[in-house]
Amino acid sequence: MATTQLETPPRDAALPPPLETGKSHERNRRSLLFLVSLWCSLAFGILVLLVLIVSTAIDGADRLDSNLFTQYASQLREDETGIRAGILGSLWLMVTTALMSVPLGIAAALYLEEFADPTRWYNKLIEVNLQNLAAVPSVIYGLLAVGLMALGGFRQTSLVIGGALALSLLILPVIIITTRESVRAVPREIREGSLALGATLWQTTWRQSLPSAIPGIATGTILALSRAIGEAAPLLLLGVAIGIRFDPNGILSQFTALPIQIFSMTSMSQDEFQTAAAAAIIVLLVMILVLNGLAIYIRNRFQRRW
Amino acid sequence: MALLRAAAFVSIFTTIGIVVSLVLPAVDFFREVSIVEFFTSSDWSPNLEPQSFGVLPLVTATLMVTAIGLLVAVPLGLGAAMYLSEYASTRVRARLKPVLELLAGIPSVVFGFFALTFVTPILLQKILRLEVGFTNALSAGIVLGVMIIPTIASLSEDAMSAVPQALRQGSFAMGANRMQTTLRVVFPAAISGIAAAVVLGLSRAIGETMIVALAAGGQPNLSVDPREDMQTMTGFIAATAGGENPVGSTSYNTLFAVGLLLFAMTLVINVISIALVRRYRQVY
Repeated sequence: MATTQLETPPRDAALPPPLETGKSHERNRRSLLFLVSLWCSLAFGILVLLVLIVSTAIDGADRLDSNLFTQYASQLREDETGIRAGILGSLWLMVTTALMSVPLGIAAALYLEEFADPTRWYNKLIEVNLQNLAAVPSVIYGLLAVGLMALGGFRQTSLVIGGALALSLLILPVIIITTRESVRAVPREIREGSLALGATLWQTTWRQSLPSAIPGIATGTILALSRAIGEAAPLLLLGVAIGIRFDPNGILSQFTALPIQIFSMTSMSQDEFQTAAAAAIIVLLVMILVLNGLAIYIRNRFQRRW
Repeated sequence: MALLRAAAFVSIFTTIGIVVSLVLPAVDFFREVSIVEFFTSSDWSPNLEPQSFGVLPLVTATLMVTAIGLLVAVPLGLGAAMYLSEYASTRVRARLKPVLELLAGIPSVVFGFFALTFVTPILLQKILRLEVGFTNALSAGIVLGVMIIPTIASLSEDAMSAVPQALRQGSFAMGANRMQTTLRVVFPAAISGIAAAVVLGLSRAIGETMIVALAAGGQPNLSVDPREDMQTMTGFIAATAGGENPVGSTSYNTLFAVGLLLFAMTLVINVISIALVRRYRQVY
């Protein structure tokens, strides 16, 4: 390998990578082959994404009709089965999850970032614990929610509150971690200025750090919710029913969710259900895309550069 | 202030809650089933008479699907990360990263549908002409791999971008080209961060439920042939959860015993990953 090193012309090699791009002067075969394989790795992910979207869209295009949105799930009329209960259930679930997890997540993040003494053992424990919780499988949160619902005296676990409990605990670590990052990005000078003018730590947090961090918090929270809306595993554990034929009407209502309906329709053998599942996936992906788009818009429009 | 601290402690209570809610039914389970049978018997049929509770087939199936997933995700994820970190211009990176984020945002149930309706019938059966059934470990593993590519790519890119520019400049000054710099300077320097990324991908793969519930099959199977149908730990949990399980029944407790084993496995893996990240942060 020493020979190849000598062959390489060192003329602009000392430049840092951002200045020169892939079109550099490294034309020996192995380097090009390496670059091509890197290109292919990246292209593979993009290609799969395209194939997934296009093949699902082709499968489901026929069923993107009004029945899909207005009808409940039906075993008898396979070609008219709908996801009305799933869409409404997912919306209820989202709002309840957001109301439970966002205030809690922001409060925890503000404590850890602004008030906590990082040298205390219990604060260190919280740090490690958060990192671990963010990587606990979602299906485990389903088991936890089943246990908590039993503890709370509910005999039915397949209620909106049960699903929201599982999803809230699932996304709480994500919300805490992203909120901390955006609070940390607020420069020290702002805090010190506020404290120098006589504000207390609490006033500084409430009137300076938190408002400045809101765009970042909103982006992180919306992304976390868009992850929660596609989760099926914890709901499956709670025994969320498939054949619900009424609209959910409160947090103690039984419900079904879009990912659960997709799962059940995919598991059925009739082609009509596969088509309906593809159409439901399109609806779910559009919801997720809208949430992601909103998050990116907020990030670009309101994020302050310090 | 006390209120904020209480909110932070919710995360501790979550962990305690997980451990307690898994351990209590699992203890009941091990009163009925010997722990030796659970870990050594190779037959898993909790719902059929005669009942048998050997978790090995579920564990091997989980490892099989995970291994296939990592075989797909590690080279592709690392390749994408190396390109984004070492070759791509700032503009290209800004355009491509959101695409990877979008791939990361696809719900796993959608990937499961994709495995069943595209990867198995079209890619495996028609294009590669493999003799695989409707559900099989191979298809679930491949799609699982695709799902964790963004995790591995994005975390290893962070690790490689954190390597100081001086190391690259030194390498270029010694006459190395970009490939040599990437493979022999940047990659070794970022190795603990990259290892953490792979380990985190491993943890996500072991815990992933919906893809294997749909595409890997429902048959406990102690086989090493990925073309066969096999039920993983999470696949078992998903399949059993759908049925009727009165609190306190053996089937209910079985669910939590498998859940506890799953939690313990991912916990060990996550701790390794966190320790690796700690180490790599200290380097620079």
